[in-house]
Amino acid sequence: MSGLGDGPLLRVEDLHVEFPTEDGVVHAVDGITYEVARGRTLGIVGESGSGKTVSSLTTLGLTRTQGARVSGRISFEGKDLVTLPDRELRAIRGNEIAMIFQDPLSSLHPFFQVGTQLIEAIRAHRDVSKAAARERAIELLGLVGIPDASRRVCEYPHEFSGGMRQRAMIAMALANEPKLLIADEPTTALDVTVQAQILALLESLQRELGMAIVIITHDLGVVAEMADDIAVMYAGRIVETASAKEMFAGPEHPYTWGLLKSVPSLSASRDVELVPISGQPPSLIRRPSGCHFHPRCPYAQPDHARIDPHLEPVSGNPAHHVACLLQSEQRKRLWAELAKGATPEQAREAVGLPAPETDLARTGA
Amino acid sequence: MSAEESLVQVRDLVKHFPITQGIVLQRKVGAVQAVDGVSFDVRRGETLGIVGESGCGKSTTARLVMRLLDATAGEIHFEGRDITRLKGAELKAIRREMQMIFQDPYSSLNPRKTVGAAIGQPFAIHGLLEGKAERKRAVQELMETVGLNPEHYNRYPHEFSGGQRQRIGVARALALKPKLLIADEPVSALDVSIQAQVLNLLREMQRELGLTLIFIAHDLSVVRHMCDRVAVMYLGRIVEIGPGDPLYDFPRHPYTGALLSAVPVADPQLRGERRELLSGDVPSPANPPKACRFHTRCPKAQELCSQEDPPLQDKGTGTEAACHFPLAREELAEIGVRSAR
Repeated sequence: MSGLGDGPLLRVEDLHVEFPTEDGVVHAVDGITYEVARGRTLGIVGESGSGKTVSSLTTLGLTRTQGARVSGRISFEGKDLVTLPDRELRAIRGNEIAMIFQDPLSSLHPFFQVGTQLIEAIRAHRDVSKAAARERAIELLGLVGIPDASRRVCEYPHEFSGGMRQRAMIAMALANEPKLLIADEPTTALDVTVQAQILALLESLQRELGMAIVIITHDLGVVAEMADDIAVMYAGRIVETASAKEMFAGPEHPYTWGLLKSVPSLSASRDVELVPISGQPPSLIRRPSGCHFHPRCPYAQPDHARIDPHLEPVSGNPAHHVACLLQSEQRKRLWAELAKGATPEQAREAVGLPAPETDLARTGA
Repeated sequence: MSAEESLVQVRDLVKHFPITQGIVLQRKVGAVQAVDGVSFDVRRGETLGIVGESGCGKSTTARLVMRLLDATAGEIHFEGRDITRLKGAELKAIRREMQMIFQDPYSSLNPRKTVGAAIGQPFAIHGLLEGKAERKRAVQELMETVGLNPEHYNRYPHEFSGGQRQRIGVARALALKPKLLIADEPVSALDVSIQAQVLNLLREMQRELGLTLIFIAHDLSVVRHMCDRVAVMYLGRIVEIGPGDPLYDFPRHPYTGALLSAVPVADPQLRGERRELLSGDVPSPANPPKACRFHTRCPKAQELCSQEDPPLQDKGTGTEAACHFPLAREELAEIGVRSAR
């Protein structure tokens, strides 16, 4: 991933997050490494249960109270957020790193005015008077595009529409001009026209304030619009990272292909069949052996159930990493076939790969 | 259009939900105009898509057609017969012909009933296949059709994943071999990789069984993929309706244009292309704008738009739109409708 210059703002190194439960240990995040440079946007894509949210909650220390076992390093401006004492972490959380969540209604307190909640966020980190904080709250609401901010600052969350609540959440996140904003599915609960407004708002704020953004989503359209770099997560691991352009032009991992091929496109003909990824996402307690994706992978070979692939640079592009046991040449040819509209079975035959041994993934059960 | 071609005809359908005040003596102080004068036909064997943002009345329309709600005014014809005010046994008989798949596969299945019982329930309600073995065989056949393992007949819903539960919903809906299937946001609660499984299943079922489908979704890409014709709703009205290709390639209503330009496209090359964003939020359906309901947010609105309600008219490019000043082809690129060729 890019991010040269004066070093990355955030660097996550070999992060593991495990939750011991009655049924066994949930391996939510399993050794992920990524960087975010100042002013850049990283998109983390994955399905539910892929560990994308847990990894960012851990960045803010929000998994500490849940009995999670965390190992690895999260360096933010020279501090390791994994080992930082609670008090120091609190000074960073909401100040230098802020987060916005998927559901704006449940992230705002229903009993307090929006303004009161904003003032609290400001005064938690800044030694300013209530009146000054209130001025700032109004300014922030105006900045995120809430009309008549000086009046609406006194309203309660239920008086705001869904889009306005998300704007208020963004205002709160921006209150202390964070260097890093983590946006976890910021538009999933919103309608398309409102989603477009919120994404445009995030982009313009990023330009103005120069903050870095980590955007977590399952929507490939959203990352294509927002992200400079993309990391694809599956079963607690990053399986592919690349610049946004690379990721869409020449994806390397079969899971990424699956994601790209299973979403209908606005401009595609109706006759194009969607190619779903067969089977279900795996349990994070009893994970598949070897490559975690092998039970669902149409190109899996017998030894893929044994060997655990590492994230390695793609030949010819050191900024593009993939964790896949297929040979680079095979992957390139497979994607070329898929891009032409071949089904995974046709692509496999064209490249001369034998069919996977276990067909259990295809039973749908 | 003649009644033979269309399975469902909806005319001037209206549904107002009263807003009341007072606890003991309730009096009506207003009405949420959820659906306000909607007319459309669904032809046999086709898929009609209904798109729109939350609160536009798409689910209410579906429930009205299903007769799960009673219409305030208007008519619904099914196979040429007026079903708007049917009651009792007649209503029950017509319900066999139409079935629904719901959005949330978690709350639409009874957690205490086995999957076999859930799928067999329609037979029980309508007094069909009384024999135990006979019913079990039919249910297992259905499970097989929708890609579930028939051996899981005695399992409970919690043992299934979201995608599988939605398959159970499809099997249950298909049990009585309905003519009309209404799918209300059938994939929006599912993960991306699972969505395609359910969409493909619906398409396959339609082809095999010759079903007529009303497909409701907010995701425009999914609707394009699934539907022959598409109706776009805004604040309880249809603002544009027509076959998928012209509607997506050359939308005439500015709202359709705005919706299309708002969809994020999975292609970073297209980034930075400026597009027009609608400002503000959808007005309250309890107090919708007068005349054209979109005029308060419409970039093309003029004085006429706030005075006269535009009728749904054929605009000569394949779709019918309710607009005084429909979009011209030159404007499409300007507002960023990317599917325009």
